[in-house]
Amino acid sequence: MQIDRALFEKLAAYPHVVVSWIGDDGFPMQTAAAFRADAERLEVRIEPTGVSLPTDREVNVTVSHIRPQPGTGYDQRRYICLWGRLADLGDAFTLKPRRAWGWDEHETPFFEYVERSNPIAMEYLSKLSVERGVEVKPKLSRFWTFLVATRLPFLTATIVPILLGTAVAAYDGYFSWWLAILTLVGGMAVHIGLNVANDIFDALSGADEANVSPTQYSGGSRVIQRGLVTLRQMSLISIVAYTVAIGIGLYLVIARSSVELFVIGVVGVFLSVFYTAPPFRLVHRGLGEVTTALGFGPVMVLGAYVVQAEKLSGEAFVASIPVAILIALILYVNEIPDRSSDATVGKRTLPVRFGKALITQGFLVAALSAFAVIAIGALTGLLPTPTLLALLALPIAFKVYDGIRDHYDRPYDLMATMGKNVQLHLVTGLLLFAGYLIAVIADKVSDSPPGILS
Amino acid sequence: MSWMPEEVKELLRTALVGEFTVIGKHGEPVTHPLLPLWDGERIYMTSSVSFSRKLDHIKRDPRVSLSISDRVASRGLETRATVQGTARVIEDDPHTTWEQVLPLWRAKEPAIDFFLSKRFALPLFFERSIIEVTPVRVYWWPDGDTTKAPRVADAKEAA
Repeated sequence: MQIDRALFEKLAAYPHVVVSWIGDDGFPMQTAAAFRADAERLEVRIEPTGVSLPTDREVNVTVSHIRPQPGTGYDQRRYICLWGRLADLGDAFTLKPRRAWGWDEHETPFFEYVERSNPIAMEYLSKLSVERGVEVKPKLSRFWTFLVATRLPFLTATIVPILLGTAVAAYDGYFSWWLAILTLVGGMAVHIGLNVANDIFDALSGADEANVSPTQYSGGSRVIQRGLVTLRQMSLISIVAYTVAIGIGLYLVIARSSVELFVIGVVGVFLSVFYTAPPFRLVHRGLGEVTTALGFGPVMVLGAYVVQAEKLSGEAFVASIPVAILIALILYVNEIPDRSSDATVGKRTLPVRFGKALITQGFLVAALSAFAVIAIGALTGLLPTPTLLALLALPIAFKVYDGIRDHYDRPYDLMATMGKNVQLHLVTGLLLFAGYLIAVIADKVSDSPPGILS
Repeated sequence: MSWMPEEVKELLRTALVGEFTVIGKHGEPVTHPLLPLWDGERIYMTSSVSFSRKLDHIKRDPRVSLSISDRVASRGLETRATVQGTARVIEDDPHTTWEQVLPLWRAKEPAIDFFLSKRFALPLFFERSIIEVTPVRVYWWPDGDTTKAPRVADAKEAA
């Protein structure tokens, strides 16, 4: 903490100081005192107290603040500690601090404050391990560890395009439950493999280490940095996930004798592995959004379609475009709080390359394009009319836009917006799926359903 | 703890924050604002391993003190006090041992249950140690005016 005018202006807002020193009996001694912060002279004037304040030794002068909140406890935590020697002026004492330390949760959010302290925690646990002769490590239940390490809740990014591709195939008259379930399991396995591999390579490159303001949507799972899972265990999870995915993929290719599916599978695994892995490290080259859009858009939607129909489809491709754009926008927004740590390790993401105005406007243009594709697709007959249902999600896009504009520089305030953005993809994708479902049902119950349902 | 003045016990039961001072590596005072918990005999505080420097200091020198002086955090109580004592760190299992003081903690900061429900997001923060302080001497200012000499109560003298 800098000892400057700003620090003394902050000090002036506190009602009193607590002066601490080590007494002659070896115990710390403390007393509250009235004070005045002099921002010009960078010193604190402390009024005499009923206990003699020492001038022959180091003292600590602390100010602290909380606001009691009935029913919860308190908030607005902040404090400043100063160290130095008191000078006796006769009617008062002065302290010209030589060192200062503090925390203000308004400036450094609690989660960031804790994250910055990870190295101290790991060092302490390591010392305890040496003292005890057994490893002392942080614990989390196996369920939570797996959920956090694999970032399981983000599998909606896979579920949506696979449901959509399968629905488009069903609309075209091709559907098998068994193949749909296998496709979903295979897709989810690729996604788990990708999430875990992403953490491994970000740990190796130092990107996650450099990120001190991770949120539940950005900065990786943190399980390696927090000592919950080793790099080796993460590698094992990733290898198992990819093995399951590739196994299912090969089975489907053989069962459906589809060259198209083989090509789609190879492209999918390539994009997934080399998203963060060398030598390509696509995300480091600013290709993260394109890679994600391709992988979780056309690759998954067309893959799911081909599994069912054993052929490619222009309609499935068109249907994949909105989900591709919206999934890319999840990454795009999640990269905003990570931009300084990404820049540190040479990850040239779009928010690293461009400023706030362009990134904010870029979001709006891209989100509106996704909805334009749906509207034009439905109105020109490329997509069934009920897919217009997906336009109901449009207001979410504007909420995300407002959130990015208002909280661009505050990672933790941006969290709610990042959550909304995930919702935008999920709700739009599910409404598109619902649109197809309505069209499929309408086709089943009537030989010539009304135009609005087909 | 019959030698401890009633108004100081009340302060310990009520205060949401106190300035806890330990002796640093070079013999200097190191102060941390912490939530003090009182069970009628001893003062308890907890420290995450993420903020564990104070634990190292206590293990090196167990002499500590706690000042309670903020009337807002003491919900209007006039009294101000400094409690000196000897501390020990209890951390048999940093994952669970600290939960022994959870009922006292919850009484002062009910929001702890919310944070505990997010434990998966803050795994290192919830690896914690208990700091148990046995008071040996108390300085207190019944009307809160610290320009006056404090009253003093001492465990040894009381014994």
